[in-house]
Amino acid sequence: MGDLSEFPLKYKLFLKAYPWRRVDPVPWAPLKKPLKDSRVALVSSAGLVCPGQGPFDDSIRGGDYSFREIPADMDVAALIDTHRSDLYDHAGLRQDPNLVFPLDRLRERVGSGRIGSLNRRHLSFMGSITAPGRLIKKTAPAAVRKLAEDDVDIALLVPV
Amino acid sequence: MCNQAVGLVAAELERQGISTVAIQLLRSVTEKVQPPRALVVPFRHGYPLGVPADAEHQQAVIEAAFRMLEDPNLQPPAIVDYEPKKKNK
Repeated sequence: MGDLSEFPLKYKLFLKAYPWRRVDPVPWAPLKKPLKDSRVALVSSAGLVCPGQGPFDDSIRGGDYSFREIPADMDVAALIDTHRSDLYDHAGLRQDPNLVFPLDRLRERVGSGRIGSLNRRHLSFMGSITAPGRLIKKTAPAAVRKLAEDDVDIALLVPV
Repeated sequence: MCNQAVGLVAAELERQGISTVAIQLLRSVTEKVQPPRALVVPFRHGYPLGVPADAEHQQAVIEAAFRMLEDPNLQPPAIVDYEPKKKNK
Protein backbone atom coordinates (compact mmCIF):
# COMPACT_ATOMS: atom_id res chain seq x y z
CA MET A 1 0.00 0.00 0.00
CA GLY A 2 1.00 3.60 -0.05
CA ASP A 3 3.32 4.52 2.77
CA LEU A 4 4.61 7.71 4.31
CA SER A 5 8.09 6.52 3.42
CA GLU A 6 7.25 7.40 -0.19
CA PHE A 7 7.45 11.07 0.70
CA PRO A 8 10.38 13.47 1.20
CA LEU A 9 11.45 14.02 4.82
CA LYS A 10 9.78 17.42 5.27
CA TYR A 11 6.41 15.97 4.22
CA LYS A 12 6.87 12.88 6.36
CA LEU A 13 7.45 15.07 9.43
CA PHE A 14 4.45 17.23 8.57
CA LEU A 15 2.15 14.25 8.04
CA LYS A 16 3.29 12.51 11.22
CA ALA A 17 2.39 15.57 13.29
CA TYR A 18 -0.75 16.47 11.35
CA PRO A 19 -4.02 16.43 13.35
CA TRP A 20 -6.11 14.20 11.08
CA ARG A 21 -9.86 14.89 11.21
CA ARG A 22 -11.65 11.92 12.69
CA VAL A 23 -15.17 11.08 11.54
CA ASP A 24 -17.04 10.54 14.80
CA PRO A 25 -19.67 9.23 15.01
CA VAL A 26 -19.23 7.24 11.81
CA PRO A 27 -22.41 7.47 9.72
CA TRP A 28 -23.68 4.35 8.00
CA ALA A 29 -26.01 4.11 5.02
CA PRO A 30 -26.62 0.45 4.10
CA LEU A 31 -27.48 -0.45 0.53
CA LYS A 32 -31.14 0.29 -0.12
CA LYS A 33 -31.41 -1.84 -3.24
CA PRO A 34 -29.31 -4.36 -5.18
CA LEU A 35 -26.33 -3.00 -7.06
CA LYS A 36 -27.92 -3.98 -10.37
CA ASP A 37 -30.70 -1.49 -9.62
CA SER A 38 -28.53 1.23 -8.08
CA ARG A 39 -27.51 4.61 -9.47
CA VAL A 40 -23.79 5.24 -9.00
CA ALA A 41 -21.74 8.43 -8.77
CA LEU A 42 -17.99 8.77 -8.84
CA VAL A 43 -16.10 11.13 -6.51
CA SER A 44 -12.42 11.85 -7.05
CA SER A 45 -9.88 13.97 -5.21
CA ALA A 46 -7.40 14.00 -8.09
CA GLY A 47 -8.03 17.62 -9.09
CA LEU A 48 -9.38 16.74 -12.53
CA VAL A 49 -11.40 19.31 -14.47
CA CYS A 50 -13.25 19.31 -17.78
CA PRO A 51 -12.01 21.51 -20.64
CA GLY A 52 -13.38 25.00 -20.03
CA GLN A 53 -13.62 24.61 -16.27
CA GLY A 54 -11.25 26.62 -14.12
CA PRO A 55 -8.32 24.74 -12.61
CA PHE A 56 -8.09 24.04 -8.89
CA ASP A 57 -6.08 26.70 -7.10
CA ASP A 58 -3.18 25.45 -5.02
CA SER A 59 -2.43 28.98 -3.78
CA ILE A 60 -5.48 28.94 -1.45
CA ARG A 61 -4.20 28.70 2.10
CA GLY A 62 -5.30 25.43 3.65
CA GLY A 63 -6.22 23.98 0.27
CA ASP A 64 -8.80 24.54 -2.47
CA TYR A 65 -12.05 23.20 -1.00
CA SER A 66 -14.14 23.76 -4.16
CA PHE A 67 -15.43 21.03 -6.44
CA ARG A 68 -16.28 20.54 -10.09
CA GLU A 69 -19.13 18.62 -11.64
CA ILE A 70 -18.07 16.12 -14.29
CA PRO A 71 -20.92 15.24 -16.67
CA ALA A 72 -21.66 11.55 -17.20
CA ASP A 73 -20.96 11.74 -20.93
CA MET A 74 -17.48 13.21 -20.42
CA ASP A 75 -14.64 11.75 -22.48
CA VAL A 76 -12.33 10.55 -19.72
CA ALA A 77 -9.26 11.05 -21.88
CA ALA A 78 -10.10 14.77 -22.17
CA LEU A 79 -10.06 15.40 -18.41
CA ILE A 80 -7.29 17.78 -17.33
CA ASP A 81 -5.03 17.11 -14.34
CA THR A 82 -4.77 20.41 -12.41
CA HIS A 83 -3.42 18.88 -9.18
CA ARG A 84 0.09 20.28 -8.77
CA SER A 85 1.18 18.10 -5.88
CA ASP A 86 4.67 16.67 -6.26
CA LEU A 87 3.92 14.00 -3.65
CA TYR A 88 2.93 11.47 -6.28
CA ASP A 89 3.79 10.47 -9.81
CA HIS A 90 1.31 11.97 -12.29
CA ALA A 91 2.48 9.86 -15.25
CA GLY A 92 0.00 7.03 -14.75
CA LEU A 93 -3.13 9.14 -14.54
CA ARG A 94 -2.03 11.29 -17.46
CA GLN A 95 -1.63 8.13 -19.51
CA ASP A 96 -5.01 6.83 -18.34
CA PRO A 97 -7.28 9.06 -16.22
CA ASN A 98 -9.38 5.96 -15.42
CA LEU A 99 -6.63 5.16 -12.95
CA VAL A 100 -8.06 7.86 -10.69
CA PHE A 101 -11.43 8.56 -12.32
CA PRO A 102 -12.68 5.18 -13.56
CA LEU A 103 -15.70 6.40 -15.47
CA ASP A 104 -15.05 4.04 -18.40
CA ARG A 105 -14.81 1.13 -15.98
CA LEU A 106 -18.18 2.06 -14.45
CA ARG A 107 -19.70 2.37 -17.92
CA GLU A 108 -18.54 -1.19 -18.54
CA ARG A 109 -20.24 -2.24 -15.30
CA VAL A 110 -23.51 -0.68 -16.43
CA GLY A 111 -23.11 -2.55 -19.72
CA SER A 112 -22.62 -5.87 -17.94
CA GLY A 113 -25.57 -5.24 -15.62
CA ARG A 114 -23.48 -5.25 -12.43
CA ILE A 115 -24.76 -1.76 -11.55
CA GLY A 116 -28.00 -0.14 -12.63
CA SER A 117 -26.91 3.23 -14.02
CA LEU A 118 -24.49 6.09 -13.74
CA ASN A 119 -25.59 9.43 -12.38
CA ARG A 120 -25.80 12.35 -14.78
CA ARG A 121 -22.92 14.06 -12.98
CA HIS A 122 -19.90 13.12 -10.88
CA LEU A 123 -17.71 15.11 -8.51
CA SER A 124 -14.10 16.21 -8.62
CA PHE A 125 -12.22 17.68 -5.65
CA MET A 126 -8.53 18.42 -5.15
CA GLY A 127 -7.29 16.56 -2.14
CA SER A 128 -4.45 18.65 -0.77
CA ILE A 129 -6.68 20.24 1.85
CA THR A 130 -4.72 20.72 5.06
CA ALA A 131 -7.46 22.86 6.67
CA PRO A 132 -10.63 20.88 5.88
CA GLY A 133 -13.10 22.93 7.95
CA ARG A 134 -14.62 24.64 4.90
CA LEU A 135 -14.81 21.33 3.06
CA ILE A 136 -16.66 19.75 6.00
CA LYS A 137 -19.02 22.65 6.65
CA LYS A 138 -19.63 24.10 3.19
CA THR A 139 -18.61 22.36 0.02
CA ALA A 140 -18.99 18.69 0.92
CA PRO A 141 -22.59 19.16 2.12
CA ALA A 142 -23.39 21.28 -0.95
CA ALA A 143 -21.82 18.78 -3.34
CA VAL A 144 -23.54 15.83 -1.68
CA ARG A 145 -26.91 17.57 -1.80
CA LYS A 146 -26.59 17.60 -5.59
CA LEU A 147 -26.11 13.84 -5.65
CA ALA A 148 -28.95 13.33 -3.17
CA GLU A 149 -31.22 15.44 -5.40
CA ASP A 150 -30.26 13.13 -8.26
CA ASP A 151 -31.36 10.09 -6.19
CA VAL A 152 -27.89 8.60 -6.23
CA ASP A 153 -27.75 5.32 -4.31
CA ILE A 154 -24.00 4.64 -4.23
CA ALA A 155 -20.80 6.67 -4.46
CA LEU A 156 -17.38 5.26 -5.26
CA LEU A 157 -14.66 7.56 -3.92
CA VAL A 158 -11.12 7.52 -5.27
CA PRO A 159 -8.16 9.44 -3.81
CA VAL A 160 -4.90 9.98 -5.62
CA MET B 1 -4.36 14.54 2.41
CA CYS B 2 -6.31 12.97 -0.47
CA ASN B 3 -7.22 10.04 1.75
CA GLN B 4 -8.59 12.42 4.37
CA ALA B 5 -10.56 14.52 1.86
CA VAL B 6 -12.16 11.42 0.35
CA GLY B 7 -12.99 10.08 3.81
CA LEU B 8 -14.63 13.31 4.90
CA VAL B 9 -16.74 13.52 1.74
CA ALA B 10 -17.70 9.85 2.16
CA ALA B 11 -18.94 10.60 5.66
CA GLU B 12 -21.12 13.45 4.40
CA LEU B 13 -22.54 11.20 1.66
CA GLU B 14 -23.54 8.60 4.23
CA ARG B 15 -25.08 11.28 6.48
CA GLN B 16 -27.29 12.19 3.53
CA GLY B 17 -28.26 8.56 2.92
CA ILE B 18 -25.90 7.58 0.08
CA SER B 19 -23.94 4.35 0.53
CA THR B 20 -20.23 4.75 -0.07
CA VAL B 21 -17.03 2.88 -0.47
CA ALA B 22 -13.78 4.81 -0.46
CA ILE B 23 -10.55 3.50 -1.89
CA GLN B 24 -7.66 4.37 0.43
CA LEU B 25 -3.90 4.38 -0.05
CA LEU B 26 -2.66 4.87 3.51
CA ARG B 27 -4.03 2.52 6.17
CA SER B 28 -2.59 4.61 9.01
CA VAL B 29 -4.55 7.65 7.81
CA THR B 30 -7.69 5.59 7.18
CA GLU B 31 -7.66 4.33 10.76
CA LYS B 32 -7.42 7.89 12.04
CA VAL B 33 -10.04 9.47 9.76
CA GLN B 34 -12.49 6.53 9.84
CA PRO B 35 -14.43 6.75 6.57
CA PRO B 36 -17.53 4.52 6.80
CA ARG B 37 -16.33 1.88 4.29
CA ALA B 38 -12.71 1.83 3.13
CA LEU B 39 -10.91 -0.49 0.76
CA VAL B 40 -7.17 -0.12 1.43
CA VAL B 41 -5.21 -0.90 -1.72
CA PRO B 42 -1.54 -1.95 -1.91
CA PHE B 43 -0.60 0.62 -4.52
CA ARG B 44 1.53 3.74 -4.43
CA HIS B 45 0.15 7.25 -4.44
CA GLY B 46 -1.07 8.34 -7.85
CA TYR B 47 -2.12 4.76 -8.69
CA PRO B 48 -5.27 4.06 -6.64
CA LEU B 49 -6.59 1.49 -9.15
CA GLY B 50 -3.17 -0.04 -9.60
CA VAL B 51 -2.21 -0.09 -13.25
CA PRO B 52 -2.95 2.46 -15.99
CA ALA B 53 -4.62 1.19 -19.17
CA ASP B 54 -5.34 -2.21 -17.59
CA ALA B 55 -9.12 -2.49 -17.47
CA GLU B 56 -9.10 -5.98 -15.95
CA HIS B 57 -6.87 -4.91 -13.08
CA GLN B 58 -8.92 -1.76 -12.44
CA GLN B 59 -12.17 -3.73 -12.55
CA ALA B 60 -10.86 -6.15 -9.94
CA VAL B 61 -10.36 -3.28 -7.50
CA ILE B 62 -13.80 -1.86 -8.27
CA GLU B 63 -15.38 -5.28 -7.80
CA ALA B 64 -13.75 -5.60 -4.37
CA ALA B 65 -15.22 -2.20 -3.48
CA PHE B 66 -18.68 -3.23 -4.66
CA ARG B 67 -18.51 -6.42 -2.59
CA MET B 68 -17.95 -4.33 0.50
CA LEU B 69 -21.22 -2.56 -0.22
CA GLU B 70 -22.99 -5.91 -0.48
CA ASP B 71 -21.49 -7.41 2.69
CA PRO B 72 -24.19 -7.37 5.40
CA ASN B 73 -21.67 -8.27 8.11
CA LEU B 74 -19.57 -5.09 7.90
CA GLN B 75 -19.90 -2.55 10.67
CA PRO B 76 -18.76 1.08 10.66
CA PRO B 77 -15.97 1.96 10.29
CA ALA B 78 -15.31 -0.94 7.90
CA ILE B 79 -11.68 -1.10 6.75
CA VAL B 80 -10.79 -3.95 4.40
CA ASP B 81 -7.43 -4.66 2.78
CA TYR B 82 -7.58 -5.34 -0.95
CA GLU B 83 -5.90 -8.60 -1.87
CA PRO B 84 -5.06 -8.87 -5.58
CA LYS B 85 -5.78 -12.26 -7.10
CA LYS B 86 -2.68 -14.21 -7.95
CA LYS B 87 -2.45 -15.04 -11.62
CA ASN B 88 -2.07 -18.71 -12.56
CA LYS B 89 1.34 -19.51 -13.91
